[in-house]
Amino acid sequence: MLLSSLVAQASPLSEQQVQQLQGLVSQLNPIQQAWVSGYLAASAQLAGGQATAPAAAATTSATLTIVYGSQTGNARHVAEALAALANAKNIAAKVVDLADYKSSQLKNEQYLIIVTSTYGEGEPPENAVSFYNFLFSKKAPQLPQLKFAVLGLGDTSYEFFCKTAADFDERLAELGGQRLQARADLDVDYDTAASSWNHALIKVVEPEFAATPSAQVINWPGQAAAVSQSQYNKQQPFAAELYTNQKITGRDSGKDVRHIEISLQGSGLTYQPGDALGLYFNNDPALVNELLSLTSLEGAAQVSLANQSLSLSEALTEQLELTQSYPAFAEKYAAASANQALQQLAADKTALRAYLADRQIIDIVRDHPAAAGAMTAQQLVDALRKQQPRLYSIASSQAEVEDEVHLTVAVVRYDAFGQPHLGGASGYLAERLAEGDKVRVFIEQNNNFRLPANDDTPVIMIGPGTGIAPFRAFLQERDARGASGKNWLFFGNPHFTQDFLYQTELQGYLKQGLLSKLDVAFSRDHAEKVYVQDKLRKHAAEVYQWLQQGAHLYICGDANRMAKDVHQALLDIVQQNGSKNAEQAQQYLDELRLAKRYQKDVY
Amino acid sequence: MSQYPIKPELQVSGKLSDNERLKAESEHLRGTIKQDLSNDITGGFTGDNFMLVRFHGMYQQDDRDIRAERAAQKLEPLHNVMLRARMPGGIITPAQWLAIDKFAAEKTLYGSIRLTTRQTFQFHGVLKPNIKPMHQFLNSIGIDSIATAGDVNRNVLCTSNPVESELHQQAYQWAVQISEHLLPKTRAYAELWLDEEKVETTETEPVLGENYLPRKFKTTVVIPPHNDIDVHANDLNFVAIAEHGKLIGFNVLVGGGLAMTFGDNSTYPRKAEVLGFIGLEHTLKVAEHVVTVQRDYGDRVNRKNAKTKYTIDRIGVDTFKAEVEQRVGVAFAPAKPFEFTTRGDRFGWVDGIDGKQHLTLFIENGRVLDFPGKPLKTGLAAIAKVHQGDFRMTANQNLIIAGVPPAQKLLIEQLAREHGLIDDSHSEQRKNSMACVSFPTCPLAMAEAERYLPELVSKVEALLAKHQLQNDHIVLRVTGCPNGCGRAMLAEVGLVGRAPGKYNVYLGGNKVGTRIPKLYLDNVGEAQILSELDNLIGQWAVERHSGECFGDFVIRQGVVAEVKVSKTDFHA
Repeated sequence: MLLSSLVAQASPLSEQQVQQLQGLVSQLNPIQQAWVSGYLAASAQLAGGQATAPAAAATTSATLTIVYGSQTGNARHVAEALAALANAKNIAAKVVDLADYKSSQLKNEQYLIIVTSTYGEGEPPENAVSFYNFLFSKKAPQLPQLKFAVLGLGDTSYEFFCKTAADFDERLAELGGQRLQARADLDVDYDTAASSWNHALIKVVEPEFAATPSAQVINWPGQAAAVSQSQYNKQQPFAAELYTNQKITGRDSGKDVRHIEISLQGSGLTYQPGDALGLYFNNDPALVNELLSLTSLEGAAQVSLANQSLSLSEALTEQLELTQSYPAFAEKYAAASANQALQQLAADKTALRAYLADRQIIDIVRDHPAAAGAMTAQQLVDALRKQQPRLYSIASSQAEVEDEVHLTVAVVRYDAFGQPHLGGASGYLAERLAEGDKVRVFIEQNNNFRLPANDDTPVIMIGPGTGIAPFRAFLQERDARGASGKNWLFFGNPHFTQDFLYQTELQGYLKQGLLSKLDVAFSRDHAEKVYVQDKLRKHAAEVYQWLQQGAHLYICGDANRMAKDVHQALLDIVQQNGSKNAEQAQQYLDELRLAKRYQKDVY
Repeated sequence: MSQYPIKPELQVSGKLSDNERLKAESEHLRGTIKQDLSNDITGGFTGDNFMLVRFHGMYQQDDRDIRAERAAQKLEPLHNVMLRARMPGGIITPAQWLAIDKFAAEKTLYGSIRLTTRQTFQFHGVLKPNIKPMHQFLNSIGIDSIATAGDVNRNVLCTSNPVESELHQQAYQWAVQISEHLLPKTRAYAELWLDEEKVETTETEPVLGENYLPRKFKTTVVIPPHNDIDVHANDLNFVAIAEHGKLIGFNVLVGGGLAMTFGDNSTYPRKAEVLGFIGLEHTLKVAEHVVTVQRDYGDRVNRKNAKTKYTIDRIGVDTFKAEVEQRVGVAFAPAKPFEFTTRGDRFGWVDGIDGKQHLTLFIENGRVLDFPGKPLKTGLAAIAKVHQGDFRMTANQNLIIAGVPPAQKLLIEQLAREHGLIDDSHSEQRKNSMACVSFPTCPLAMAEAERYLPELVSKVEALLAKHQLQNDHIVLRVTGCPNGCGRAMLAEVGLVGRAPGKYNVYLGGNKVGTRIPKLYLDNVGEAQILSELDNLIGQWAVERHSGECFGDFVIRQGVVAEVKVSKTDFHA
């Protein structure tokens, strides 16, 4: 954090505390500063966890506990917004990451609000896994004292839309809890609906808290201090300059992966290794033109969007989602354009989901163009949802790159239905944005993917494909800190000669000793496919030894297959090398997770 | 180390070059190659192994066209190896050919078989995981690559003379025997590549020495009057002397070599000179002791002066000869008379004296690959499937389909024509032009050679036509660096790469390869080269004596001074 920009009104510290901190920091060298930063972060986490229990126990009636399960930060943002609303009404509220929530606390809880996303094939998000498992275990207590509400965030294009929220909602009721308000399951463009749900909830709880004289505001702890104090955020992104767009796969690669460097200069934005960069993009003008032509609409037509009047082509280019498809669009577009074929298709959810699997918005419209006069510009706008920013795991450490931020972006590019397709954000970064152009960004922090505070702690990083990104940040950070802990990286991709991301940098780290071990799996170079989990198994004894020595374990990359295969490999390794049964091995990894020694950033 | 008394006054004293250290520390060429093979973080070899793999017949290379691109991509250079097979005399069977054809297609980046001036083939672009399987595969078909590079005696050449088959057969057998006799004795190759067990014996290298030779060493067996193998490019030559078609012995020529270093006038291309005649029974001993004398007295301090040619110029040819005679225990007889009258390959069909027929194919640049409209590689494979004789790779990078029974002649010819292997439109000029590999694979390349030669030849053809000399030719050779694989320093017009698009031009070699050319143009581009050649060819057309070749003409006219004694004349 830049202390010069730390002003009293923007920080939770008093003016006197700011002066004291500035006085101390001015005497520290960068390595000492880094140590202090890690120390404070660790003690804040500990304090956060411990402080909640007695506080809640003491004020038996007066705290709204808002917990969130989130991969991307969306649920956290909604939870924080709810807490702010509560505080404004003098309702004591605290926000807790589910990863930090003590399950033993649940039986004392009076007001519990859960905001959660759902993940992959209907599983809880990574930070909610422990709590979820507890809740569905035999240890889960009866909760007659509890009043609760659950808000689900999801994406209707997935089959298991908001399943985790529904699971929590049903389970809490089953255990005796009373609903404060009905659950809402919100789609990708959740902003307005989430705000309404929050306001409605506050209305419900306000009378109960007003009846409690001891009501007081409890500022939610910990993480606020780590949040960047910049004026820029998701709602107000910073227009950052693109410095570098460099392809880092070889010319014969089947993948197009870009190393992106963006300048944060002047933004005041700061980040930590493990955080993500949120990014808004402009849609491809060619795509916009084709869509206009297929719907027989004029780009100059004025439309209204979020109380704003603008031209249809502006709305399509800058504000709306044109690449990722979702059922609601098919339904609304079919209705607006009175397209019977699409209406029929949309009526069958399963068939529609299958139809949408590889299709972008444009493919749906190509299949079902609208004749002149069939629909209005406003109807098209209303059928589309607002563009959601894309999140990329940050591939750099500010200790190394200062006010730059680096990303590792796989360009989504494929041919389907006789047409080339390009990902919205990745296509924008890779092909439409020139070096020197501006891109709207913000920092999305991820406190559930953090280097150990203790620099002596060994780390095992498993990051095939673009999953390498945060580990480049970790390595830069540990290098800059002079951290003495061992670092072991597992990387994989199809071909050694073409897809060894950051090969020369990693070779350098290996040579200098920063990387203690580097194991690579190039799946397509051999008759038998070899993946990172195979490499883990190959080094099973040593992996277990590192874990026994206190190593932290990180996985980043593909959620559906890789992370599961790696998890299974880890279970097997623990079971075999620790002489445990399957259940004990599972428990071993659960404990690692609870101790924040097993963290995932998967997507 | 030598069993012969060393005369310190004949040695060069000083701090040994680093290559001497790495050979000494290599445990007879093993180094840590084995560890490198299991290092899957880099496609290259590390430290000394980079040099040591050469002794096993491989060079670490990379695709230089994309080196900068890959650096920007944060990828290491596209490391691979080039493998040069050991094929004394260049004879390969159809079965072997089909096997290497398949390997090249499936396991190399470039998919080609490259015929080279060392009368063998090279695979270009073999990635690390394929290296060991490659050696095992070659071993399974009776081929190895031991000592085809590095400071050892390399692949032994032998005149490709299929006509006088009996004489050729005898000479060829000597080439094979000399090659075997001078091979390293270390079992490193077998252990590293063929997984043979380590045998607990004290290894020694009685011929090459524990530190191997000071520098590369090249040997030939040549059958006059044909000088296809270019004796003057070689350290040691056995010139076959026959009586009534029977081989009776060899004239021995030593000290040839074409490599030099730009800017270092202590280096120069040099012809071989005659030591004398020996009977067949002394062949291997003489080969051995030319090697041991060079081993003991070659310069191990300055690698640039380490070759036999410099040893002879330093200690004197008489001293060198006396040392060899003393070690062999036999004196050289006066050399028998011989003469070279040709050097290029005899393209097309020739009848052998044994009733078999032989077809010499012109392979431009020696690159066997399927080109648009010219599926050369497919064609040779098709021929190999039916051919009953053998193939002979020539030192001019061409290929002879040897020993064809008359009944198969038509079939072979038909296959060759169908696949563009016989192309009547090739001019004499094209067939007498040659280039080394150079870019994109050779790490030493300073300018294009193989990829540039075809268009350069077209331009020279145009010049000849302009001056009504389209039926004549000039021995034209392009080599990408002064190391000299393309043997430009025995050409009538030799281009040696200096920088991309820039060459030194040497003039004045002759048709049969018995004169070293001399610098005419320093570091110039194509426009100037062609304009100067236009001018000189114009003069040659008008003022030449009857049958006078271009190289002789430029010497007679004083365009360049004749190089008689390289040490004094070449840089004068």
